[in-house]
Amino acid sequence: MSFSNISISQLRRQLLKGEITAIALTRSCLERIKATDAQLNAFITLCEEQAMTAAAVADQQLANGQGGLLTGIPVAVKDIFNTRDVRTTCGSKILANYVSPYDATAVTRLQDEGAILVGKLNMDEFAMGSSNENSAAGAVHNPWDLSRVPGGSSGGSAAAVAAGQVVAALGTDTGGSIRQPASHCGVVGLKPTYGRVSRYGVIAYASSLDQVGPVTRSVEDCALMLSAIAGYDPADSTSVDCPVPDYMDNLNAGVGGKKIGLPKEYFVAGLDPEVKLAVEATVETYRRMGAEIVEVSLPHTDYAVASYYLIATAEASSNLARYDGVRFGVREDDGSGLIGMYQQTRSKGFGDEVKRRIMLGTYALSSGYYDAYYLKAQKVRTLIRQDFLNAFDRVDLLLTPVAPTPAFKIGALMNDPLHMYLSDIFTIPVNLAGTCAMSLPCGLSREGLPIGVQLIGRPFAEADILQAAYAYEQASDWKERTPPLR
Amino acid sequence: MNSRYEVVIGLEVHVQLTTRSKIFCGCSTAFGQLPNSQTCPVCLGLPGALPVLNRQVVEYAIKAGLATNSQIAPRSIFARKNYFYPDLPKGYQISQFELPICEHGWLDIETRDLGRKRVGITRIHMEEDAGKLLHNDSYSSAVDLNRACTPLLEVVSEPDMRSADEAIAYLKQLHQIVVYLGVCDGNMEEGSFRCDANVSIRPWGQETLGTRAELKNLNSFRFIKQAIEYEVERQIDVIEDGGEVVQETRLYDADNGITRSMRGKEEAHDYRYFPDPDLLPLQVSDTWIDEVRSRLPELPAAKLQRYQEEFGLPEYDAGVLSADRAVAEYFEAVVSLFEQPKTCSNWVMGEILGALKEKNLTIDQCPVTPELLAGILKRIDDNTISGKIAKTVFEEIWITGKNADQIIDEKGLKQVTDSGAIESIVADVIAANPDQVAEYRGGKEKLMGFFVGQVMQASKGKANPGMANQLLKKKLSE
Amino acid sequence: MKISQEDVAHVARLARLSLEAQELETLTSQIDAILGYVDKLNELDTEHVEPMAHAVPMSNAFRDDELNPSLGLDRAMQNAPLSGDGCFMVPKVIE
Repeated sequence: MSFSNISISQLRRQLLKGEITAIALTRSCLERIKATDAQLNAFITLCEEQAMTAAAVADQQLANGQGGLLTGIPVAVKDIFNTRDVRTTCGSKILANYVSPYDATAVTRLQDEGAILVGKLNMDEFAMGSSNENSAAGAVHNPWDLSRVPGGSSGGSAAAVAAGQVVAALGTDTGGSIRQPASHCGVVGLKPTYGRVSRYGVIAYASSLDQVGPVTRSVEDCALMLSAIAGYDPADSTSVDCPVPDYMDNLNAGVGGKKIGLPKEYFVAGLDPEVKLAVEATVETYRRMGAEIVEVSLPHTDYAVASYYLIATAEASSNLARYDGVRFGVREDDGSGLIGMYQQTRSKGFGDEVKRRIMLGTYALSSGYYDAYYLKAQKVRTLIRQDFLNAFDRVDLLLTPVAPTPAFKIGALMNDPLHMYLSDIFTIPVNLAGTCAMSLPCGLSREGLPIGVQLIGRPFAEADILQAAYAYEQASDWKERTPPLR
Repeated sequence: MNSRYEVVIGLEVHVQLTTRSKIFCGCSTAFGQLPNSQTCPVCLGLPGALPVLNRQVVEYAIKAGLATNSQIAPRSIFARKNYFYPDLPKGYQISQFELPICEHGWLDIETRDLGRKRVGITRIHMEEDAGKLLHNDSYSSAVDLNRACTPLLEVVSEPDMRSADEAIAYLKQLHQIVVYLGVCDGNMEEGSFRCDANVSIRPWGQETLGTRAELKNLNSFRFIKQAIEYEVERQIDVIEDGGEVVQETRLYDADNGITRSMRGKEEAHDYRYFPDPDLLPLQVSDTWIDEVRSRLPELPAAKLQRYQEEFGLPEYDAGVLSADRAVAEYFEAVVSLFEQPKTCSNWVMGEILGALKEKNLTIDQCPVTPELLAGILKRIDDNTISGKIAKTVFEEIWITGKNADQIIDEKGLKQVTDSGAIESIVADVIAANPDQVAEYRGGKEKLMGFFVGQVMQASKGKANPGMANQLLKKKLSE
Repeated sequence: MKISQEDVAHVARLARLSLEAQELETLTSQIDAILGYVDKLNELDTEHVEPMAHAVPMSNAFRDDELNPSLGLDRAMQNAPLSGDGCFMVPKVIE
């Protein structure tokens, strides 16, 4: 059975009618994973047994006409989410043996809606990376071209959904980690507004930037997944207590009369011509559908990467201090005493990129440098957020590229961290501003690589993004294209 | 006091709060439980866990701030203090750095030698406690995280104290206040009230402060005094020997009465404080402050004054009664039932506190309630019993829990006020002691006490002493 | 150079990382390049700009002072690399 082009809503209808069963659906997912994952390496952990048990329960509920938004739908989550009794490694050697005693709120919410967790997805270690090459579990391969990266850090999530291994997945996005891999893998990825989805139980990279979001094959599935996971959580002080709209409502509202802004700073030299063409074609489609297109300016865009890499690494240096070999994780101890144990554990347990960011962040916070680096970056962050708020005084949405180029070759940027960081230039500002944005498939390059377009909305206006994205999706056929993976 | 050097002391006090749950999670703060049994993902610092602030901790901080004349900040923030230590699960302590909740407070202290003096309080901030390290054997230490994430207030004084006595006076007052407020149980042995002392010396007249040593492990007032006094002498010796005081942390070794440098912790700290992104800024409105203020109990200093002014008590009585909130409340309850404050004070300070001390009980455990005590005092006042019999009644109440009237009835302790009955006893006493009668009549009026005693003895204490006195005078002068 | 190998070694000590000589050299040049890049922030005058510590301007998230069940000893200790008597065991801490 293949379901890779069927929406969650369709699957739900079939499940409810008894045309398919959750068990069959889950089994077919697991088979697809087994058939393809040797090539992709999208999964770190499979939970076959738990999934089949959950599927049996789902079938029972479906037979009784019960269940939630996602009953019987096989999903997977990035291995950054704590899952009770299922190993959670965060792509790191230091957590290779870590079995969490609790579930992340987002996972609980998915399961409360009846979703079936089939496994944990590969990622850049501690979500630090743009290529999914920084994983203790090995690099993930792009299903459209196995020699290329899927993007990162939620590379496993994007690859798995693109390859039809699961119907939908959860990722996290700190500087583009959902949107950039979604763009490289030709799927839909949404980074909700900071505070929209609980971070409780999500292993922290940079706490003031991290946000949970769905990776799906279609906009409608994205809306459904967001409905399941969004909302206030008293366990996360930074989650926002404001009403969650029904994202499935008015999906087909269209874009007539909407104002879409094109930030001029995002259409500059360095942008791959094919990406530029695809994004411009998308703009034309929106214009045809009745949107008003205007040029806007986000003047501090050029400072976003610098601000981000100071703030994110500073927070990370502190967030990753708990990996000390005392209470959990892999301990390395050469018997040289406590400090030796700390140093061995952390030096052997963390990969190069993680160590690099811990070092940079520690430096940015250290005595004598705090004001020049960390505080300065926080002030620039204020300017960047203000850019967006100013723009949203004039327009309803912003439209930009997601990444400057389609997916690059595995290994191409590994020795040039700064270059790698700069590839996040179009996604990072959204995290700094705290608002929401989506990556939506909008083209294929001549080499057959997916290209994504980014729609950015006002804070908490995910519904606006979803409606605009849905309109474009209806007017295009990118959703129907699937990777050539067998 | 040394003639050449001035002693400068600043104190940092950690006050453990009496909330039921921890500052950032719902685990219990109960003391003495099985190691690590009161932990959860938050206080274990597990990956992905997030803190949520206990509102009660903020309330307690505001209370402590108001009681120490501090300004309550309309906006304060939590910060992370980063360092590695096995008892610190997250590798950082959530504390406050810039923008603490309280600043610019003070307490007035009084010492016998120097009189009254104002000690500044720089700041009070909220933070989480660390866990406990148990030193297991020579190769390993054991970590118990039950205490991790327990709420603390850190109260930082200005370097305003000039002697160990002043430091103790300040600490005792602060201790009294936080216990009075009910925000801390004050138990120093269990570490509920812990003090670090920054001690330095400088030649008299010098403006700049000398290099200070931070003294730790001071878990009783006595040790604090000893440690400071030792440290001052040590620093004087160092300087007199031509050396320099090193800025360092020193542990007090109570067994040997000395302070010792903490080796191995010499590595310069760089705590890399920054605002905790997991916790939102705290905004405290004036309404909230006023609301907390309205629920603030009357503090010992105010009680001390009121007891003297309103009740006319001597300063000593007022001091004893106001020192402990429960005693003060007991006393005030008695006064509300029997409006002769000095009599109430005498009984509370004498009989009640004496008996409690003897039996090693606290006032909350006292079997003689304010109602029962007032019952005794009323019967003395209306001449039903004498003060002497009253003590017998008090002892009976302590044992039986019955009220004064029941006991007076049952034991037949009612004072004899029938003048006929007393007259006859008086007559007997005069008849039985002719020698003394002659002496008395010869001018030895001191013997009146003897006669009264005889009458009281003959009446088994029940004769009204006033009447006995009166009748004796009359008969003896006949 | 924005940063020396000694600086990087100091930062590594603060972060409890031990670096091999080669690693130290590579990291120093990489961090130096990144610090050179982030210097561009100094082009902006931020004297009157408030720093932004949170993505969404909010304040006051509280919980009530109520007990939640703890994990229980077994759950709390299930990932301990080394434990004994219900405690996490670590190499001797010298005071």
